[in-house]
Amino acid sequence: MSLRYKETPISSRQVVVTGLGAVTPFGCGVPTLWQALREGRTAVRHCPMLAEVKGLRTTVAAGVPEVDAQGIDRKKRRYMSKMSIYATLAAREAIQMAGLTPDHLVDIRTGVCVGSTTGSTFEIEHVFGEVLKERKMDGVKSTHFFKIMNSSCAANVAQALGIRGRLLAPSAACATGTIAIGLGAESIALGKQDVMICGGADELHALTVGVFDTLEASSRAFNERPDLTPRPFDRDRDGIVCGEGAGLVVLESWEHACARNARMWGQISGFAVSSSPEDIANPGPESMIQCMRTAVEESGFGTDEIGYLNAHATGTLRGDSAECEAVEGVFGRDIPVSSLKGHMGHTMAACGGLELIATFLMLQEGLLLPTRNLDHPDDTCGRLNLLRKIEHRQVDVALSNNFALGGVNSAMVIRRSIGDR
Amino acid sequence: MTDSEIIELVNRSLVSEFELDPGVMTPDALLVEGLGFDSLDFVDIVVVLQQAFGVTLREEPRVREVRTLGDLHRLVIEKKRELEGS
Repeated sequence: MSLRYKETPISSRQVVVTGLGAVTPFGCGVPTLWQALREGRTAVRHCPMLAEVKGLRTTVAAGVPEVDAQGIDRKKRRYMSKMSIYATLAAREAIQMAGLTPDHLVDIRTGVCVGSTTGSTFEIEHVFGEVLKERKMDGVKSTHFFKIMNSSCAANVAQALGIRGRLLAPSAACATGTIAIGLGAESIALGKQDVMICGGADELHALTVGVFDTLEASSRAFNERPDLTPRPFDRDRDGIVCGEGAGLVVLESWEHACARNARMWGQISGFAVSSSPEDIANPGPESMIQCMRTAVEESGFGTDEIGYLNAHATGTLRGDSAECEAVEGVFGRDIPVSSLKGHMGHTMAACGGLELIATFLMLQEGLLLPTRNLDHPDDTCGRLNLLRKIEHRQVDVALSNNFALGGVNSAMVIRRSIGDR
Repeated sequence: MTDSEIIELVNRSLVSEFELDPGVMTPDALLVEGLGFDSLDFVDIVVVLQQAFGVTLREEPRVREVRTLGDLHRLVIEKKRELEGS
């Protein structure tokens, strides 16, 4: 990553990825995620919690199976809702994969940048729905606030790991994970930190699903066949399926990683985030184009050198079409494109990290994953090279998109090999 | 509620809330040094016991004098009896 002010590079520190950690609707761990994706499985299931809510038209979701959190000390865990538990477990996996020692973690040059769409919605529901219902403070515990605050995931990961460096907690709805990783990369590129543990996490709640349902953007036609939804780019797509989880990575300066002979999964080559002020609910193709172009320009690669694009494509009618139009506008029609939402739904703040992890694995393994449930590409999407089966191909550079409610766009360029650009 | 029933409910509430081993719930157990409670735990002990017994402990000065689990048992018994006598 080469940060620039106008045309002047202000830093040339390369940012490499040395650890990956995932808690997904398939279960705990990156190997579990990768195996499920390779096998083309779905994690979308009937969700009784949603079926209990009157007026909610979606009853499917991609929840995380029960995780074992007992390995997190009670005095740390008491401040954690599910999303912080997911984030902490993912962080531990990423750290173990990276081979970071306790000395690395407590170094002030090691920081955390982890975000979520909101604080714990379950905890907010509990406090306002039960504890404060009678306008009395008697039932308010010391730990409620630490689960509700917007920085809950970042703070809890830092507490659990003993982090003493930067503590950042960006929140930008569904673009949160990518933005957290981008800000972490910039912290390293600017020389402010040597190691950053970054990503996003979220927990599934009926409110999240209800928001998309209210906006007419949730999938409803497949409540009896959860395996058939969501359907990114497909002509029969009917909306988002909400999920949960955590996707975190360990970023390091190239020098720091080299000094300890760390395995490198690749590097962060470019990152862009932009606002789309024309519509808070539907980012338009123009702002997506600008965001992708900025990320590619920062990477130093040409658009013709990007060998794969991991799309945000959630399975909504307008969002998928707009992204396809934007991708074609930047890269033309030949670039291989797929979305992983058909496998594990939309994991909200976790999706940026999880999709980046999957993309790194695709580059490492020399195969590109297809979009699940893409049976009949929609006319507004089908001009692109949409992958419908695993494609074995050596790709060095890829781009991952995430767009969000709130009019937020994010794009990240990653590279398998380590180089100057 | 008998004294032994109160003691049993105090212990059960604390074991559940703080993931304690029931075997360590002896009257002479020190709350800080023995059971590992800290200042935030004390806030939540008050909340949990208020909910379990319907007593008010938040403004109770005797809470600060509690050192052992047995002290806590005695305080809750006293508060419960005060509540029943009021």
